Amino acid sequence: MIPGPFAYHRPRSLAEAVALCAAHPDDGRPLAGGHSLVPMMKLRLATPDHLIDLGAVAELKGVRREGNGWVIGATTTQAALITDPNLAQAIPILRETAQQIADPQVRSCGTIGGNVANGDPGNDMPALMMCLDATFRLAGANGTREVKARDFYQGAYVTALEPGELLTAITIPHPPAGHGYAYEKLKRKIGDYATAAAAVMLTLAGGRITTCAISLTNVAPTPLLAADAAAATIGQKPEEATFAEAAHRAEAITEPTPDGRGPADYRTKMAGVMVRRALARAVARASA
Amino acid sequence: MNEISETREAREARLQGLGCKRKRVEDIRFTQGKGSYVDDLKLPGMLFGDFHRSPYGHARVKSIDTSKAKAVPGVLAVLTAADLKPLKLDWMPTLAGDVQAVLAGDKVLFQGQEIAFVVATDRYIAADAADLIEVEYEELPALVDPFKAMAEGAPILREDIKDKTEGAHGKRKHPNHIFTWEIGDHETTDLAFRDAEVTIKELISYQRVHPCPLETCQSVASFDKIKGELTVWGTFQAPHVVRTVAAILSGIPEHKIHVIAPDIGGGFGNKVGVYPGYVCAIVASIVTGRPVKWVEDRIENLSATAFARDYHMTTEIAATKAGKVTGLRVHVLADHGAFDACADPSKWPAGFFNIVTGSYDFPTAHVTVDGVYTNKAPGGVAYRCSFRVTEAAYCIERAMDILAQKLGLDPAELRMRNFIRREQFPYHSALGWEYDSGDYHTAMQKALDTVGYQALRAEQRAKQEAFRRGETREVMGIGVSFFTEIVGAGPSKNCDILGIAMFDSAEIRIHPTGAVIARMGTKSQGQSHETTYAQIIASEIGIPADDVMVEEGNTDTAPYGLGTYGSRSTPTAAAATAMACRKIKAKAQMIAAHLLEVHHDDVEFDIDRFRVKGMPERFKTMKDIAWTAYNAPPPGLEPGLEAVSYYDPPNMTYPFGAYICVMDIDLDTGVAKVRRFYALDDCGTRINPMIIEGQVHGGLTEAFAIAMGQEIAYDEIGNVKGASFMDFFLPTAVETPKWETDFTVTPSPHHPIGAKGVGESPNVGGVPAFSNAVNDALAFLGATHIQMPHDAWRIWKAAEALGAQG
Ligand SMILES: Cc1cc2nc3c(=O)[nH]c(=O)nc-3n(C[C@H](O)[C@H](O)[C@H](O)COP(=O)(O)OP(=O)(O)OC[C@H]3O[C@@H](n4cnc5c(N)ncnc54)[C@H](O)[C@@H]3O)c2cc1C
Repeated sequence: MIPGPFAYHRPRSLAEAVALCAAHPDDGRPLAGGHSLVPMMKLRLATPDHLIDLGAVAELKGVRREGNGWVIGATTTQAALITDPNLAQAIPILRETAQQIADPQVRSCGTIGGNVANGDPGNDMPALMMCLDATFRLAGANGTREVKARDFYQGAYVTALEPGELLTAITIPHPPAGHGYAYEKLKRKIGDYATAAAAVMLTLAGGRITTCAISLTNVAPTPLLAADAAAATIGQKPEEATFAEAAHRAEAITEPTPDGRGPADYRTKMAGVMVRRALARAVARASA
Repeated sequence: MNEISETREAREARLQGLGCKRKRVEDIRFTQGKGSYVDDLKLPGMLFGDFHRSPYGHARVKSIDTSKAKAVPGVLAVLTAADLKPLKLDWMPTLAGDVQAVLAGDKVLFQGQEIAFVVATDRYIAADAADLIEVEYEELPALVDPFKAMAEGAPILREDIKDKTEGAHGKRKHPNHIFTWEIGDHETTDLAFRDAEVTIKELISYQRVHPCPLETCQSVASFDKIKGELTVWGTFQAPHVVRTVAAILSGIPEHKIHVIAPDIGGGFGNKVGVYPGYVCAIVASIVTGRPVKWVEDRIENLSATAFARDYHMTTEIAATKAGKVTGLRVHVLADHGAFDACADPSKWPAGFFNIVTGSYDFPTAHVTVDGVYTNKAPGGVAYRCSFRVTEAAYCIERAMDILAQKLGLDPAELRMRNFIRREQFPYHSALGWEYDSGDYHTAMQKALDTVGYQALRAEQRAKQEAFRRGETREVMGIGVSFFTEIVGAGPSKNCDILGIAMFDSAEIRIHPTGAVIARMGTKSQGQSHETTYAQIIASEIGIPADDVMVEEGNTDTAPYGLGTYGSRSTPTAAAATAMACRKIKAKAQMIAAHLLEVHHDDVEFDIDRFRVKGMPERFKTMKDIAWTAYNAPPPGLEPGLEAVSYYDPPNMTYPFGAYICVMDIDLDTGVAKVRRFYALDDCGTRINPMIIEGQVHGGLTEAFAIAMGQEIAYDEIGNVKGASFMDFFLPTAVETPKWETDFTVTPSPHHPIGAKGVGESPNVGGVPAFSNAVNDALAFLGATHIQMPHDAWRIWKAAEALGAQG
């Protein structure tokens, strides 16, 4: 439970941070809130020689409106997502999800950038970012680029981030007024990752579901966009039979790893239960 | 203060004696972060030790290369079994009469076993160097399932004793067999089953869990070469035993060994035994001539220091159709891991498991226990219970529910029909105990009335109907548990540890100004001894508890005692405290009589003074008496006012209680919610009701954790699973249910103040209450027994097996 030796860097600007990361593509790691990285270092599962602390890079922090969307700096803490009044108004599901991450201590250090860049299927923000159709802004030695959250996750701890590349911000389209949302998470206790979780964003019109996005946390090596499940709800009445069909289709795409949270078949079923409950709650919140 | 005009009530209240909800004096330092734990200790030149541990559950060690580790700057020594062997310290005796490898020599027998000990100038260097040790292994098949331990072709684990057919507790029938322990009457029990109208039989398993104190195990050893003295600070629940064992093992004279247990952050049985870390720190200090600190991390604590339970109990009850029990038969398969390091009194290889007849009047019973070795960490300690009492209580309380179900009787009613009646005490149980006192019917009835038991059952029936009609996926369970504990080891005729008799002690010294220092042979790890012992002294000799300082844990100053575990402090050291007080009081009476110029038979004790009988205005306070004792003692009487008592209790004490748990279970997810938990405890005389409540809250929280999720599991090749807080279920305030506490008072007839001990009752009684609630909730779907732990997925799976998942 004691990390191995490493050199510590504390860049003061984004340019400096990008340069440092680019200089250590294989033996360096950016450090954000440290609440995923430091535990892995203590277990010596991660043994970076260079730790590049992003804490003093002002450009990476904060939330702002930009065009028809929102830009959230990578090192914005999970606690800040909960307390930001504009975000809570515009994208309340961010707040609802952040509140279900760990505990106040973790949330006041942990960042949204670290959470989505980490690539751990247990993290809650990646599935939510897929559901919200967010875009990740990346910066590296060869300049900047953008990757959709829906294209970012490739396997457990494997993402589209190139070695030495940094995630600088996340952009999220402004969701339509009157949308319904819910993040349903089943966990064993406070501080635990999801046994299964589901994010739902939808709109209603004329007593039918008109748009819907559904995504799943921790029931596969990557977060999952349950496109088929969402498609099954479009044009349907928001009722139990619709939810059940969506749940059924969501279950079909899961491939959970058995662990202390339960065997695979249980976690698949729980993904379905979370989808059903999230749909029901999202519908109840949407204006018709 | 006017000592004459003060009312008796005010004088009484000022003492804060027995029955007072006195605030914990310990909390003054703990709540300010000023506790002093082993890891707070910093000595000049202190070094740090860290282990290299086995990644395998079972493997032959072909070679160990420490050269890279030794080359790291800052590393002073690396110890392996080869270094310990010449000192005869490569193996150490366990409390259970076995031996345990201090550092693995030829073989590793569990994942996480200690192989090498690196000593360096700081923790980081020690950890880095421990990583650089290279061990060549030949992997061997691991034995994980205790039911396969004695099967043909099972891998033989303990090559060091494979030819020994005789163990510390009799014949061994297989190289992986440790002992068979048998008690009760085989023949009459067989007859009871032959003639029974109704019988039940069930394998009731109690999974392997861990006591998991918040502070892990740790020690600092400092050997002074000049004086030839060894000082060891450590997280020791029984510091004197550590001193004696260290003297025997090391050859250092016992008076030159100083063992100090400072503040301890929870023990729960985990800190009773001796661990390789302590031995290695001592050896390293002798080798380097500098103090050496060893501190476990959480994963090491959960995977290598003593576990608890792992009992697999095949349980049978014989009964009449009318619901009267006529016989009990239990066979236990006990998984002890790689070494038998159980912390039981030496003659009791299965602890006091023979309390398994519980609160019921069984005419006959028969128990056999087989202990076996497996490739798991050693241990088998009493995790917040007396020795194997939680296992026994779980066994009988689950079995009574199963019998009730078979008979179609309400579980509370079945218990009422079979309780030992008040007039039967002192009661001799079929398995050999003499229960001191009890009033079970009254306690059970009070519990049932308070929770509104009949109404709850009616609500449950209505919910079951609604479930059958498809209107809800929620089911309701009511868990009833009625436990009898056996605590306070304990009569030295029955109980010793490695030959050391299990008495306990108190030494009380009144200073001239009437302030008091009191020292005991026990050691609080959170049980609030500093608060409660002072209350006993206050009531016994009339000096305010605030004027009493209680000190434990330093073997140079505290009288010899056997430490704190098995709820023994109140039955033993608190009894010694009362007895020492009475010696002091007898002398005080002489002094008072002298001062009042009357015969000592003409004075009587009154709250905080001696007064002349019939003349309450003529008195001497204990303060006056203390001053006189030193400065003007009566002619012929020695100066001073102090006493020592070593108390060997005539019997154990038998606390009991009635617990009821009301639970709602969401079958869609398997998530169980405790709606209500009512705990009635009878621990005899109540020394401090607030502390009793605190102990009950803590114990219930642990019971909840055990029943609803805790498990130290191993995969089939011997990897320990879930040995961190990510998986090992330690409930936070959010998960913890709300506790309702209540009590009845049935004093112990043989204890000087009638107290019985309470710290462990809630764990003993709590686990079956939760488990019975889960089982009760699913019983209407056809469940008879669902194994613990009852985490969400297992409940969901159980419901699936009953056809309730669509
Ligand atoms: C007890 C506990 C419980 C938890 N429970 C949950 C939970 O329920 N749900 C959940 O989602 N999370 C949970 N977490 C994780 C927590 O949310 C972490 O804070 C988060 O996963 C990582 O964010 P961080 O800022 O701490 O990143 P770090 O730990 O600093 O970094 C994580 C990884 O991302 C990389 N990284 C960080 N920032 C960037 C960047 N800008 N660009 C590129 N790479 C970057 C790092 O190099 C590292 O590999 C828990 C953590 C703990 C300790």
